[in-house]
Amino acid sequence: MIDTRTPRIPGQPTGDLTPELLSTSVWSDEDVARAGIPVIDMPFVTIGGGMGSFVMVDLLRIAGVPASNIRALSNIDHPWQTYEYLTRCSQIPRGERIRSDSSGCPDNIWAFPSYAVREAWADKTVAPLASVVLEPVFTDYWTPRAGQVFNALGREATRIKYPEMLARGQVRLLRRRRDGGYFTILTPPAGESTTKRVAYRSWYVHLAVGYPGLQFLPDLQHYRERYNDATHVVNAYEPHEHVYEALKRHPGTVLVRGGGIVASRVLQRLMEDRVNNGARTHIHHLFRTYVSGTHGDSKIGRRKGSGGFAYSGFNWPKAAWGGQLKEQFERLEGDERAALYRKLGGAHTPHRKLWQQQKARATNEGWYQTYQGVVTSVTPGSRSGITTAVRPEQGSPYALDADFIIDCTGLEGDIREHRVLADLLDHSGAGRNPLGKLDVERTFEVRGTTNGFGRVYASGAATLGGYYAGVDTFLGLQYAALTITDDLAAQGFCRRIGIGRSTAQWWRWVRNRPVD
Amino acid sequence: MTPTLIGRWQTRIALLATIGVVWTVLITPLLPGNGAALIDTYRLTLLALVINAVVGAVVWDPIYHGLQQFRYEKDWPSLFALLTGINEGVTTWFVLRRFGTVPTSSFVVLFASTWLLIWLVVVGPIRVVLLRRRFRGGRVIGA
Repeated sequence: MIDTRTPRIPGQPTGDLTPELLSTSVWSDEDVARAGIPVIDMPFVTIGGGMGSFVMVDLLRIAGVPASNIRALSNIDHPWQTYEYLTRCSQIPRGERIRSDSSGCPDNIWAFPSYAVREAWADKTVAPLASVVLEPVFTDYWTPRAGQVFNALGREATRIKYPEMLARGQVRLLRRRRDGGYFTILTPPAGESTTKRVAYRSWYVHLAVGYPGLQFLPDLQHYRERYNDATHVVNAYEPHEHVYEALKRHPGTVLVRGGGIVASRVLQRLMEDRVNNGARTHIHHLFRTYVSGTHGDSKIGRRKGSGGFAYSGFNWPKAAWGGQLKEQFERLEGDERAALYRKLGGAHTPHRKLWQQQKARATNEGWYQTYQGVVTSVTPGSRSGITTAVRPEQGSPYALDADFIIDCTGLEGDIREHRVLADLLDHSGAGRNPLGKLDVERTFEVRGTTNGFGRVYASGAATLGGYYAGVDTFLGLQYAALTITDDLAAQGFCRRIGIGRSTAQWWRWVRNRPVD
Repeated sequence: MTPTLIGRWQTRIALLATIGVVWTVLITPLLPGNGAALIDTYRLTLLALVINAVVGAVVWDPIYHGLQQFRYEKDWPSLFALLTGINEGVTTWFVLRRFGTVPTSSFVVLFASTWLLIWLVVVGPIRVVLLRRRFRGGRVIGA
């Protein structure tokens, strides 16, 4: 047992990162040994342990990699834990439907049977089947309930022996190894290790770390800090049930900011509380960009919209996952690719009939109003509440008073906010892509980090802006995992999933038999 | 499905050549016939596959691809993939008639059943065998 409380004598191993290690970009085995950090040899590690890591591990196991050759380094217990937390905060509990296609099945790489087929089978009804045949022409897109996805993930995690591959702890950083490969430094939970840090020595590292944190609009961030008020100004991705509870107890006014899926889910919650639970809420909805009709470049395709919102079934047009648009993104470099992202970007939400009806009713009854403008200041109201000063594109500036403000504009995007990624940029040759996020190749290898036979790969939200648009989606994470697995197969690390292996492994999935 | 033109061609040819052929071989003897010799009937039913492949690839797939450009999602809904069996059935029938007598009822049973079977494979089971196809615009080679 190394006593880490004693003052450090130069040269004595502490089992922790030393200033020498931190300031050196490439480590030798001796450097790590000198610091007293125990080394675990593990051919493949994935950092994150969330949806991206799970899907990566799932593919590798199906490609024949033994569980003993893979570790998922994570500070959460279940791969869907963070995703469930974020969806629950943003008003999509387990019984509600997420915004994801029936064939985006993170538990099943073949998406057969799809979620719609499974729901039809489980509920003994043809409705989901009819829906996926008629969509999107005669009906809104069918999407699975959050709970169905989580339950399916639980089954698959057990099947591939995911718990055996999980190593709990906080990843501090990863660095290149002098003789090829990488060291990944993990801080195990207190009491679980004799040293503060543990080093995984591997040939392959995969990063799927998700979002570093919440993103606040600058004016709301300023308000929260200046007036020390995190109760009346909340982010939709943090727990904020107290807002809905307060609104049910007393009549109040809420200002909603944002025009995406989160804003529409929060809106639905507010509207349902008013209609079903007696809340006498008045809703102001402020859009920076107000979409009132069909809009867009006619070459790319025009997107529908109304009442401030733009409509899109999913995060991107469907062809971005595996059709014309995917090929287009793959061909473009630099500014051209950034321009295509911008053309297809902007906040949007799916068109859902029930929600449209609720909004129409709320508008007619006068308790839901929409506004357009840029916020110039957010200050405490003269008597109570919060006053938001707005400058519209047309007309004169005005002010909106509200008891609560819900920021529905999203999660933190800057990759430097995540320690591991910032370190990768500083020490291991990684760079930024045209949208400012982590630059990856078409194979999802992090450009610039090749080291001997070693490779670092990344998938998920941190890689948005690369050759593939749908990175922050279930199907996109599977595409990345499959592409990485194919790249690893070409290097001899695993088998290529061809017709035979794919069919045989699918049959095992159906019977819930282990992978190997 | 969000097909590309090349993906449409590869899918059409691959599925007609496999499922199409097997199914046609199995059901031809069972078709309501006109008394013609079985070998002649086989000649026509297998020719129907070839005609559908050629007319489809040369005429219909480019049309579908063109129509697809007007869609925001750049997709081809499953419903369209099913209903286009009607227009393709009509054109295949007209071309097939130049090669021999075709009782209408036989043709309808043959074409509709083959089209439905292939559609049922494409909307799901094909993903088991061709893992990467749905990420490659429907391309079969390399899936």
